Amino acid sequence: MVWRPTLPSDSRLDVRKTYKLYVGGTFPRSESGRSYVVHDSRGRFLANAAAASRKDARDAVQAARKAFGGWSGATAYNRGQVLYRVAEVMEGRHDQFVEEVAASEGITRPRAQRSVSAAIDRLVWYAGWADKLAQVVGATNPVAGPYFDFSVPEPTGVVAVLAPQKSSLLGLVSVVAPVVVSGNTAVVASSRDRPLPAITLCEVLATSDVPGGVVNMLTGSLADTAPTLASHMDVNAIDLTGAAGDDEHATALEVAAVDNLKRVLRAPASEPDWTQSPGLDRMRRFLEMKTVWHPIGV
Amino acid sequence: MSFEYAPAPESRAVVDLKSSYGLFVDGEFVDGNGHAFKSVSPATEEVLAEISEATEDDVDKAVAAARRAYTRTWSTMPGAERAKYLYRIARIIQERSRELAVLESLDNGKPIRESRDVDIPLVAAYFFYYAGWADKLEYAMPGSAPRGSVPLPLGVAGQVIPWNFPLLMLSWKIAPALAAGNTVVLKPAETTSLTALLFAEICQQADLPPGVVNIVTGAGETGRALVGHPDVDKVAFTGSTEVGKAIGRTVAGTRKSVTLELGGKAANIVFDDAPIDQAVEGIVNGIFFNQGHVCCAGSRLLVQESVYDDVLARLKRRMASLRVGDPLDKNTDVGAINSSEQLSRIRDLSQVGEAEGAERWSPPCELPDRGFWFAPTIFTGVTQAHRIAREEIFGPVLSILTFRTPAEAVEKANNTPYGLSAGVWTDKGSRILWMASQLRAGVVWANTFNRFDPTSPFGGYKESGYGREGGRHGLEAYLAK
Repeated sequence: MVWRPTLPSDSRLDVRKTYKLYVGGTFPRSESGRSYVVHDSRGRFLANAAAASRKDARDAVQAARKAFGGWSGATAYNRGQVLYRVAEVMEGRHDQFVEEVAASEGITRPRAQRSVSAAIDRLVWYAGWADKLAQVVGATNPVAGPYFDFSVPEPTGVVAVLAPQKSSLLGLVSVVAPVVVSGNTAVVASSRDRPLPAITLCEVLATSDVPGGVVNMLTGSLADTAPTLASHMDVNAIDLTGAAGDDEHATALEVAAVDNLKRVLRAPASEPDWTQSPGLDRMRRFLEMKTVWHPIGV
Repeated sequence: MSFEYAPAPESRAVVDLKSSYGLFVDGEFVDGNGHAFKSVSPATEEVLAEISEATEDDVDKAVAAARRAYTRTWSTMPGAERAKYLYRIARIIQERSRELAVLESLDNGKPIRESRDVDIPLVAAYFFYYAGWADKLEYAMPGSAPRGSVPLPLGVAGQVIPWNFPLLMLSWKIAPALAAGNTVVLKPAETTSLTALLFAEICQQADLPPGVVNIVTGAGETGRALVGHPDVDKVAFTGSTEVGKAIGRTVAGTRKSVTLELGGKAANIVFDDAPIDQAVEGIVNGIFFNQGHVCCAGSRLLVQESVYDDVLARLKRRMASLRVGDPLDKNTDVGAINSSEQLSRIRDLSQVGEAEGAERWSPPCELPDRGFWFAPTIFTGVTQAHRIAREEIFGPVLSILTFRTPAEAVEKANNTPYGLSAGVWTDKGSRILWMASQLRAGVVWANTFNRFDPTSPFGGYKESGYGREGGRHGLEAYLAK
């Protein structure tokens, strides 16, 4: 006798996606083996997402550090092209993003469509900054002596980003793009309850030309990953945006960040309106100005 | 052959020292409520004056005065008027430069040649530079504010400065803060308060509105009260990484914005094609300038192996001609160590260097009997694991290491939690620019060292702190984003 599975007569069984972490350009499960249930805004099951552990956070930092030399050493033109390519590939997945954003955020399809379009446009905007930032924030300095003296912005290094909890794609792109455009590499802790657009974004990154490790994504609870990222001695800066509204947690993370004097972008009182045009501040936060002196003479 | 120099002391007569000094709050000198402490001349241990200690209550009064001045006068005054006050202060500093230089050397122990030719001229230059920004703030923050709007000041700045460049650090803090429209409460280091108090007198002379600048004297407790004060909007600190971290923890969870300029362990890298005599001058200037009390001092010398013997021989010869002694003597190259505490730290770490197996050398050099003195010292045979290669000594002590390839030089130079400055000596332009791009440090001096200018942003990577001082970038730290 042959065993035959029962199939719905009118349609095929869909192949569900396993949502995993994104570390060093690959999609591992959490080393802890843990996952958690992601619901849509009405509480219906959407997926099981990987619950990143402290070890996953440390692995992600290692991957980000490994990628830093290549990414920060790439030409600004190249980084701009790579990020623009990400926008191109996102555009092709527009519908998928709309579906996930609508389900995650509980907004209508037209609103989700606007949000996804804004996220892609935001990335295009930031991509263009790659080879302009140094001209706007750098300087040649007219010192009182026979020296050529100039200041150039350089990336701070490995940046931990606590992504916004509410805006699952537009907010996410708005905090990740300004970090990586200047050559930093990022370890991102996604929204806990709305992680699906983040993982899909990672699939876009993996199939664009972004080198593995430049962006690493941890899904799960901030309570598991954020303290490790804030106290990690090989993380150079941390964006606490995702801790908005939880002052106590944000303060504890800021204190932990002092151990190696991380640059800290504090959590806002509440999540900002991501549709507003961003300005340079987020990029500026994760830059170091380097000043070089050289004598002038014959 | 040896030369004997006749003494060439600068006259102290230009300085009118009082026996005791108070705090400067709301435009007046007032007594502090803490225990008065003594400021001694590190060169002779002579007591120069008694200085009031500001208690928490005194700090509170100073912050209140700064707040009143901020809301009532300074932040609402047209930028062009603020500019004129700062220009006035710059001019008075130039006019009284001799007096300031002598007082600085007396109180700090640095050679008069340095305070006269470097510190005080730069102090005037910083005020002059930032004066001109006060009415041009709409150009100070590209991309931050809506077009054409003037960025706003932060409010009251609490500033804590170190003892190595007392008046110069004051100018780095006060000039940009005032230009941007903030008012300040500044705490000088407890061993070097005198020029800050003379600066307070200059503020009076310039008719600066009361409360715009307040000076509170004292030690760590006073600093803690200032940094932790709830009505301070902005904290600026220059000093040790340890205290910088304590400040970081204090302000965590507040809305205060912070800039920290902390320690360093700079690599000064000499390649085999460098003009060796110039490089040796740069090495000497890098570590023995200001007795090595410089956060950006070139305290780790990295020499390419092929020229190691040559560099070492010429460095020793040059060091033998350094004149250590009376800070007020115009021929002195290296002055006194600022305090007995600092002297013991330098001695301790130097002993650790010997105990860990590095070889110590100093030129024959007669040190005065009284005061705090330490002969210029080098250590050879130093490895990266040695404490003298890792920890900031903040004294005239140089650790010498070697390298073979540019990549090895970069790796060794960057192998430190600090990242304030670095030096590169080579004749090859492409290598300079490559090295400059690879070094994780905020300031890279190529074929020069220890240069400063008000137009030039200065500040660290990594654990050397964050924020920049100098230039347009220095202004950003005092404007609301």
